[in-house]
Amino acid sequence: MIPELGHFALILALGIAFLQTVAPLLGYQRRDAKLLAFAGSAAQAQFFCIAFAYACLTISFINTDFSVAYVAQNAHTDLPMVYRVSAVWGAHEGSLLLWMLMLSGWTFAVSVFNRRIPAELSALVIAVLGVISTGLLLFMLLTSNPFDRLFPVPMQGRDLNPLLQDFGLAIHPPTLYMGYVGFSVAFAFAVAALITGKLDAAWARWTRPWTTTAWIFLTLGITLGSWWAYNELGWGGWWFWDPVENASFMPWLAGTALIHSLAVTEKRGLLKSWTVLLAILTFSLSLLGTFLVRSGVLVSVHAFASDPARGLFILIFMAVVTGSALTLYAWRAPKLATVGDLHLFSREGLLLLNNVFLVVACAAILVGTLYPLVLDALNLGKISVGPPYFNAVFLPLMVPLFVLVGFGAVVPWKKGKAGETWQRLKLPALFAVAFAIVVPLALHGQAALLAVTGALLGAWTIVAASQDVWRRIRAKPSLVAGIASVPRATWGMTLAHAGLGIWALGVAFVISYGFEKDVRLAPNATTEIGDFTFGFVGAQEAKGPNFTAQQGEVTIERGDHSVTTLYPQKRFYPSQRNVMTESAVDATLLRDLYVSLGEGFADGSWSLRIYVKPMIRLIWLGGVLMFFGGCLAASDRRYRLARAADRKLALDGGTQAA
Amino acid sequence: MTKRNQRLLGVAALLIGVGVAATLGFTAFRKNMMYFYTPSDLAAGTVPVGAAAQLGGLVEAGSLTRGDGLKVEFRVADCAKNIPVRYEGVLPDLFREGQGVVADGYMNDEHVFVATRILAKHDENYMPPQVADALKGNPDTGKHSCMPFKAVDKTVAAS
Repeated sequence: MIPELGHFALILALGIAFLQTVAPLLGYQRRDAKLLAFAGSAAQAQFFCIAFAYACLTISFINTDFSVAYVAQNAHTDLPMVYRVSAVWGAHEGSLLLWMLMLSGWTFAVSVFNRRIPAELSALVIAVLGVISTGLLLFMLLTSNPFDRLFPVPMQGRDLNPLLQDFGLAIHPPTLYMGYVGFSVAFAFAVAALITGKLDAAWARWTRPWTTTAWIFLTLGITLGSWWAYNELGWGGWWFWDPVENASFMPWLAGTALIHSLAVTEKRGLLKSWTVLLAILTFSLSLLGTFLVRSGVLVSVHAFASDPARGLFILIFMAVVTGSALTLYAWRAPKLATVGDLHLFSREGLLLLNNVFLVVACAAILVGTLYPLVLDALNLGKISVGPPYFNAVFLPLMVPLFVLVGFGAVVPWKKGKAGETWQRLKLPALFAVAFAIVVPLALHGQAALLAVTGALLGAWTIVAASQDVWRRIRAKPSLVAGIASVPRATWGMTLAHAGLGIWALGVAFVISYGFEKDVRLAPNATTEIGDFTFGFVGAQEAKGPNFTAQQGEVTIERGDHSVTTLYPQKRFYPSQRNVMTESAVDATLLRDLYVSLGEGFADGSWSLRIYVKPMIRLIWLGGVLMFFGGCLAASDRRYRLARAADRKLALDGGTQAA
Repeated sequence: MTKRNQRLLGVAALLIGVGVAATLGFTAFRKNMMYFYTPSDLAAGTVPVGAAAQLGGLVEAGSLTRGDGLKVEFRVADCAKNIPVRYEGVLPDLFREGQGVVADGYMNDEHVFVATRILAKHDENYMPPQVADALKGNPDTGKHSCMPFKAVDKTVAAS
């Protein structure tokens, strides 16, 4: 019964989504306020339908109702409760439902928080979101219904993929999806602006918090994914340039560019059509990401079961959404022509350069990710593009970007002065150079080029980015008054840029000074890596709720004193006859010690994978700081203050129009 | 400098920047592109010694031998030919005789494929799509029956 209710709620949601699209468009054409107002109610009704369907699926999982095919494929009676809830999005159908839940959730939020913006714009935004919703609901009902029944009902389910039985999975995909889907709001705002032909500073101010919020989630999702890959996949790296990772990274780069160009559009009224184009591209890249993961065209740890019909549907959907948005853009964008000057040496000029580097980096990754797929689709041979390509293109492009970040915080809008800039930046520059020479030598005794570059850029970014806050605080009589006077958006920007610098430090040090070693050790044998001595005590049986394991014991010593003892596991999950590697990590901010078990041999020895990774935590710390920076920026006072003013403006505008 | 000149300068700087990036990208791309080959392709000897390549196929049952430490040798086969592969390191969890693998590496002058990375997915039913495609063979001639390489019984467990 419950699954049928869920299924019915989805069909109902499809009907509402269709109305949510059509009514506001008609209302806009006929200038009918009632039809426009219908958009908000439809969005809310749709959200409740989908939330209800989602709850139904969750209940089926909790009850392990194996008459539902999707539950039978992804649950097991031994599965712990927390993973039953997270198993809902553990495979294709459920993760699509989660996608839908988020989309309708975002639309719901738009309908609630958008009361302050003109009714027309708000209704059009909701209508555009309705188009996306209609397409995806059709996709779900036609090709991937999570509520399909299974007869005869199996006695036992096939269980959740053990790889996914980790806390990381419980939070990584939802956060990533929140980000992906969140960009649909920016996209909808862009399309609505193209339809109305009105794009001004107020539009940018309405769009900014939505875009930043989506970006926050995407940032967090990528950071979590990287941490999860490191922790769970047993590969010991933090980024592999795996096509699916790239699929989430490309919208991130485009979205980051969008955030910055929106700032220019709000403050200076420039780059309007570029901002709109970026909003369209960012969401298209999010859809591309969904396509890449769902279609099974990729050889990747992320790829779910492949079904050509699904891939084709998403591809067509993507072509329709992106294609029509771009056509609309080509037709209407000339209307958004900018009046005003742009000096290259000004904040907006530097932000434009920032956009160029971000977009070029994004394009380079796009080429590397899609080229093999295109070649394969055209039967021109099967190739793969290795991580060295991405490193060789991406890292050099980041160097000028990091240099720019430092300037961005200091150079004013409109026109900067070289002398003044130099006065403000000479100390940060000096500090960065000193830091880059001293720190690698002090910590590792040798100065690798990459480590010095990374330390230089990282320190420069952190110190130069904090100049803005520093100057604002110094301008006030007391520290407390100074700190209170700094707007949240400025704190957010500074924190996010500092996070970027910390990320750069981590990346440079991990690549320069990391050790990786595969060894075969007999019980009580030792091996030396860097300053550390790893001793393998042996391996014994261990038991978990739904697995059995071989648990290794590895002691780690540095000099004469013991650092820690690690217990990596090799797990066997009987329900799917699956073997999983559970690594063990001892982490501090300055270094990670990482051990995972390979295979056991007849003589009692094991193959072990041992890594020493300096400063790898800084990579994720940087991501987390960017996340918090985004949170501060999105909740800035002026977005809330502006509400009252905007509402008044909208009302006045409304009366005049009427 | 007039505004017009300044703008021209800006545009020129952008073009140069993008050009440099494109050149960098293109060179890196050429260098890091790895073609995928089947054992038959490699056995034909058309692939130059030392060129980066990906080899995909099935691990021939009974071909795995272990050397010192973590050195292993095994043969990767398709329906027609097989190629000896040498690797040193930890094999992935799902590496089994009789199952599909993809190896990154190069052919050396002794006609042995030296693998630098071995991939086998975390799913026992998984076969890399390239391998699956390659094994389908030619539907017209109907040759390439792969019966000898059917998966062996999976009793490896956590031992």
